Amino acid sequence: MTAVKGFWSELSRNKLMFLMVAPALLFFIVFSYLPMAGVYLAFTKFTFEGGIFGSPFIGMENFRFLYQSGTLWNLTKNTVLYNLAFIFIGNFLQLACAIFLSQIGNKYFIKTTQSILFLPFFISWVLVGAFVFNLFNSDTGVVNTLLKQLGMQPYDFYLNTAPWKYIIVFFHVWKGLGYGTVIYLAAIMSISDEYYEAAEIDGANIFQQIRSITIPLLTPTFVLLIIFSLGGILKGQFDLFYQIIGNNGILYDATDIIDTYVYRSLAVNFDIGMGTAAGLYQSFFGFLLVVFVNWIVKKIREDYALF
Amino acid sequence: MKRKKDLSTVSFIAIAYGTLSLLAILCLLPFWLIVSGSFTAENEIIGEGFKIWPKELSIDAYKAVFTNPEQILRAYWVTIWITAAGTFLGLFLTSMAGYVLARKDFKYRNAVSFFMYFTTLFSGGLIPWYILIVKYLSWKDSYLAMLVPGLLSAWNIILMKNFMKSIPDSIIESARIDGANDFTIYSRLILPLSTPGLATIGLFLALGYWNDWFTANIFITTESKYPLQFFLYKILANAAVLRTDIAANLSAVNFKAPAETLKMAVAVVVTGPIVLLYPFVQKYFVKGLTIGAVKG
Repeated sequence: MTAVKGFWSELSRNKLMFLMVAPALLFFIVFSYLPMAGVYLAFTKFTFEGGIFGSPFIGMENFRFLYQSGTLWNLTKNTVLYNLAFIFIGNFLQLACAIFLSQIGNKYFIKTTQSILFLPFFISWVLVGAFVFNLFNSDTGVVNTLLKQLGMQPYDFYLNTAPWKYIIVFFHVWKGLGYGTVIYLAAIMSISDEYYEAAEIDGANIFQQIRSITIPLLTPTFVLLIIFSLGGILKGQFDLFYQIIGNNGILYDATDIIDTYVYRSLAVNFDIGMGTAAGLYQSFFGFLLVVFVNWIVKKIREDYALF
Repeated sequence: MKRKKDLSTVSFIAIAYGTLSLLAILCLLPFWLIVSGSFTAENEIIGEGFKIWPKELSIDAYKAVFTNPEQILRAYWVTIWITAAGTFLGLFLTSMAGYVLARKDFKYRNAVSFFMYFTTLFSGGLIPWYILIVKYLSWKDSYLAMLVPGLLSAWNIILMKNFMKSIPDSIIESARIDGANDFTIYSRLILPLSTPGLATIGLFLALGYWNDWFTANIFITTESKYPLQFFLYKILANAAVLRTDIAANLSAVNFKAPAETLKMAVAVVVTGPIVLLYPFVQKYFVKGLTIGAVKG
């Protein structure tokens, strides 16, 4: 009772502030909280006539099917392994680029390189799709043209699953390289010059300086960025996978992730119940993972925890 | 930093220059391939495929794009106004919410922050979200479906809140004593002091809207409402044809409207402006990201 009363007096006192935050609150209620009720669909056999709450309830049937058909395992495996590759290769290269840039004296070179590395961040995934088409399409792609010129057999990329894991990881790392480099470079720039000056007086060469100053001082940033990315490991990169693979069923074994499966359930197969079930699985275990990761971060460095 | 030029330093710097140059080339190469592809003659493509250096240059693809540019111009128009409206409105709502949440005298700031933050942890997923927008809001094939869902994100609001927290409380207090209300304080005092934050989040929003193809993909069915990126996607997926006069006018003289090179030309025309604009925008991005990264 007193809490309610407190709320009303607070509301009348700060009317304007409530009014200013209201659109945002309404936005999250409508676009985030209302759809949460829709996860009920995961437990139904969806029919269009029935809509969300009129379709027959079938309990865990959708989940059992996803599990028994092996779909769930394949989706989870792909999603997790791709994300691990993105996180580790991506962060490693970003860190390396940042260290290299920080050691180079030529201002003009630094500026140019940084701009070029950052360029892919600004373009759309659709254009990345155009790159892939230009490079790998079977009839006219640049790679096959080169192979033919070298007197080798052309290679039909769209019939073979093997190269796509490398292509996908390459373009993901490629697009995020500049962004991550900026973050790491900022962290390096915040390291005091005095450390390096002292090391130089002691006769440490550039490798020794990087090994015993830069890397140890960046390790906390590096580890925390990695740990936080691990929390989102069940979330996919829908744009990347869809623009590169599209609805090419031959490649699904190696390239299907939870997000592309859910999208197909909605837009191609109209398997609403099954798609919602896969989405709920992703949200639920993703949530547990974030909570778990946050708990670990709290153990290591309390002030870095998210909540 | 001055350094002794010993062997290890020299070799390290050489490795650094080498690696960075290689990566920079890898970052530029796909762009180059698209541009050179768009300037290649169509029959060279059909006979020999896309190459790094075309044998003969041809501007047929661009002729085809510009003989009847109406479709592309319309897609540009859709993208430009959605980007402008979305960025402006999104920035307004984000900064307002961020301001309230940064105010220490707003009693429910932690509860509201968590209410928003929770949406990044757990969600209903794509399908319930889609059903909400199509069935309950009836935004199928409406511009609203491309505009509204992207306006706010919990991350942007939290970022904005953190930017605004660094503004000293005394400014707000003295304004209150002078009788200014909360909205006046926000619009007259806080907004002008938060320009770096506004620039960063505004750029994020603008980039998101400009590059968005997904919402159009699932919600938009009328071709005249296609935004740029979705239009390009449709052309690449062979699901749309660029309407060109050139085929009709020249078909008698053995002219085939270029198909493969046309895709590349559309990609160039659609992407050009953002690539030309980005060197100017980049420094704000870097500044914003750097503030966010070092603050922690």
